[in-house]
Amino acid sequence: MPRLPKLPAPPLPAALKAPPRRPSESNGKDGPLEGAKEAGISVVDWVDERTSLSGAGRWLMFRKVPKGTNWFYTLGSATLFAFLSQAVTGVFLAMYYRPDPAGGAYESIRHVTNEVFLGQFVRGMHKWGSSVMVILIFLHMGRVFFFGAYKYPRELNWVIGVVLLILTMVMSFTGYLLPFDQRAYWATIVGVNINGTGPLIGPYLSDFLRGGGEFGATTLSRFYAIHMLLVPGLIVALIGAHLYLVTKLGTTAPPWQKAKERDELLEAEV
Amino acid sequence: MADKHAKHKSKYTADRLIPGAFEGETVTRRRFMVGTANAAGAIATAAFTLPALGFALGPIFKSTPHHWETVGKETDFNEDNYVPVVFTLTAGIGEAGKTTAYVRKFNPKIDTDPSDRDSKYIAISSRCAHLGCPVRWVDAAERFICPCHGGVYDLLGKRVGGPPVRPLDRFYTRVEGEFVQLGPRFSVNSELKRFSPRDPGEPLDGIGQYLYPSRPTAQKL
Repeated sequence: MPRLPKLPAPPLPAALKAPPRRPSESNGKDGPLEGAKEAGISVVDWVDERTSLSGAGRWLMFRKVPKGTNWFYTLGSATLFAFLSQAVTGVFLAMYYRPDPAGGAYESIRHVTNEVFLGQFVRGMHKWGSSVMVILIFLHMGRVFFFGAYKYPRELNWVIGVVLLILTMVMSFTGYLLPFDQRAYWATIVGVNINGTGPLIGPYLSDFLRGGGEFGATTLSRFYAIHMLLVPGLIVALIGAHLYLVTKLGTTAPPWQKAKERDELLEAEV
Repeated sequence: MADKHAKHKSKYTADRLIPGAFEGETVTRRRFMVGTANAAGAIATAAFTLPALGFALGPIFKSTPHHWETVGKETDFNEDNYVPVVFTLTAGIGEAGKTTAYVRKFNPKIDTDPSDRDSKYIAISSRCAHLGCPVRWVDAAERFICPCHGGVYDLLGKRVGGPPVRPLDRFYTRVEGEFVQLGPRFSVNSELKRFSPRDPGEPLDGIGQYLYPSRPTAQKL
């Protein structure tokens, strides 16, 4: 990889600039304060010398972006942050949740909501954040569709995105049961039975979801395991692939951004 | 030594001038090592994947034994109207394992179906045949009505309106001493012909019974 040119110093006003060092002063690298200042840099250098991660970081963060990109291009990042918020709040909710269908599940949710410090707030973030994430996904999908950003060579990224959408729907479906109140229970009964209406494999699919012929003792823990272990792992892996392809292929220009004519390019070079 | 320019390579490594080849050897040591490593990896992966997969899919093939639940005395029920009973269908999960059935005595005037003739009681499941919401018996209208999507059934549990695809399921009934007991569930098609229990939303008329096969482990009573 070619060395990146050194960036010019930021245009600070003269009053803020450090005065040039006089030859009579020491070079300023001996004192403990200077040593502390250098410590952070040397730690990063130590890691980078052994991993070469700074190249990957530059590749990921400092990309060329086409003219005309606008706020619509932030919807993907917004979805990512909605997912991160779900992940973090979900981990902390899991510390209190008990997937016990004989009353413990409902009781643990009631405990989080009514008694735990900030419990109602964190649970609310997770509950409302799930809707926010779904809405953001569709807005992001709409941006990609209407800007034509799914076209060659980015078709695979569209496909990965659709799989991520389906996985998010699975998260919504499995998460809905966990409060284990009347709404959760009956919504899951209906949802599982909708699965069952698929011909030939439908009955097996709904048996798989329920863990048996009837809503049983393991149905709730099954949904909980799918909700917090199986699907999040898949989502994280696929978001990684999604971001890799975004970085690899670059961002598309908006459709109204016309490519420069050859003459204009030549003039610009002159 | 074989001719290097022969059309077909010899199967013996010694003939192919591979250094260190043994007499009569046909597999190179490199190929043997690659094969061994791949096989070891495959075995190790299968060793945890297959049991986990079987564990996850097992419940589909698990058969649950029939059990009978006492729901009341014979004197509790009559020929003319339904009495709702709540009983445990799935043990060990408290309220979530309970379900409602509507029970009445067999009435030869309305229960004309030949297969019903042997049962002294008719028990209709409250599980809607559309998507499984709980229907309730509305006495004034003489209809079962579902709160979710508007399914309506008549006195016999046959669909008269809304989205359901078949009549309401029923439970086998029997009398033990003076007590009425409910057993396993069964499904019926629009002519009240009996089938192994199906999930809601699965039609049983015409091709339906083949498109929605019953559970492989469903036991015939």
